[in-house]
Amino acid sequence: MIAIIDYKMGNLRSVENALHRLGANFVVTADPAVIRKADRVLLPGVGNAAEAMNNLREARLVEVINDLRRPVLGICVGMQVMCQHSEEGDAECLGIFDTKVRRFPHSLTEKVPHMGWNSIHNLDSKLLRNLQGGAHVYYVHSYYPELCQDTIATTHHGLMFSAALKYENFYGTQFHPEKSGDVGEQILKNFLTL
Amino acid sequence: MLTKRIIPCLDVKDGRTVKGINFVNLTDVGDAVDLGKRYAQLGADELVYLDISATSEERATFTKLVERISDNINIPFTVGGGISTIEDAARLLDAGADKISINSAAIRNPQLIDEIAQRYGSQFVVIAIDARLEADGLWHATTHGGKRSTELELFSWAREAQERGAGELLFTSMNHDGTREGYPCDVYARLSEALSIPVIASGGAGSVAHIAEVLTDGRADAALAASIFHYGEITPYELKLQLKQQGICVRV
Repeated sequence: MIAIIDYKMGNLRSVENALHRLGANFVVTADPAVIRKADRVLLPGVGNAAEAMNNLREARLVEVINDLRRPVLGICVGMQVMCQHSEEGDAECLGIFDTKVRRFPHSLTEKVPHMGWNSIHNLDSKLLRNLQGGAHVYYVHSYYPELCQDTIATTHHGLMFSAALKYENFYGTQFHPEKSGDVGEQILKNFLTL
Repeated sequence: MLTKRIIPCLDVKDGRTVKGINFVNLTDVGDAVDLGKRYAQLGADELVYLDISATSEERATFTKLVERISDNINIPFTVGGGISTIEDAARLLDAGADKISINSAAIRNPQLIDEIAQRYGSQFVVIAIDARLEADGLWHATTHGGKRSTELELFSWAREAQERGAGELLFTSMNHDGTREGYPCDVYARLSEALSIPVIASGGAGSVAHIAEVLTDGRADAALAASIFHYGEITPYELKLQLKQQGICVRV
């Protein structure tokens, strides 16, 4: 069973639909007992990182997530809260990935938010198997995780950032696999078979 | 590099698409979900569904349709048409829409942009402006599908909408819409210069050259088109291949 963590950070419908299309069994839950028992855990999230951390604390899920030993996938803000710190609301985060989340600088000539399809490169994880460097994925964000030793894919938008991260059993994507067409479906499929 | 987006637009009435007659291998060309799925397979980067219903019964049908679109389509989609309250926005978000576009209602009540953006984020709000170049030499925003002119000037209204929290601008020139003679590229370039949010070009495309022009000279981030796709003249994939050959960065 897959647990999709519901911590009141945006609509989970597209993530549910994507899993449904893959024929996966899942529950949407904030129950620590259910999350601890799950084979796979998804932490989606759209919105503000500081608010996301507050919601996780209020739901008493911080330790629960940190203690998970089965594969966990954070998506967008769900991934950002798995980093050390986010500039958005100056939020101390879960500290799983060895990196910080920063805002795209105003000096960038590229538009912010970074919205639309961009390519991923330097792919280095089973999460991204069967994909070619240069594959396109869908992004919507104004904050990005910096490059670090946990980086398993990169994207360039005015600067190079971590498109995806991995530390032990924890994975994260800044892009939205649930909205990234066939490429995104492959990534979710990979996650389900890690 | 961020790619330029190609966005087919589907008009929907009572749950069915009203254009789109020339599609091979589609059992029901009027089925908005099947048509959208087909476009997604054919390389569309996003989809826009416009509800052109007039009655509240039809509106309810549209919400059900949005749920089906969300169940079946694995690329982002925007819905628009008749959104005038935050409750409308909430209903469509719950149904699975990635973005909503608001037009006349935002002109009547600009605060609506702030409310929706604050609650659901700027990425959820597309401001659509239909404007016409008037005799005074200014572009005036219009309402009711271009039927009524307002005092609002395009550039100041676009900037205001951005400041209020709109995440993207969809601009249609009522002087060009339906002509198939191309876009006003100079206006798009000025909008792109004046705004920090992405600009989507809409209305006027009659050829690949027009779309290429608005994405380069016009500096638009995306192009929305209906008829060139619906009448089967070209698929999004074929269009993007040709754009790529011209050195435009697209997802193919």
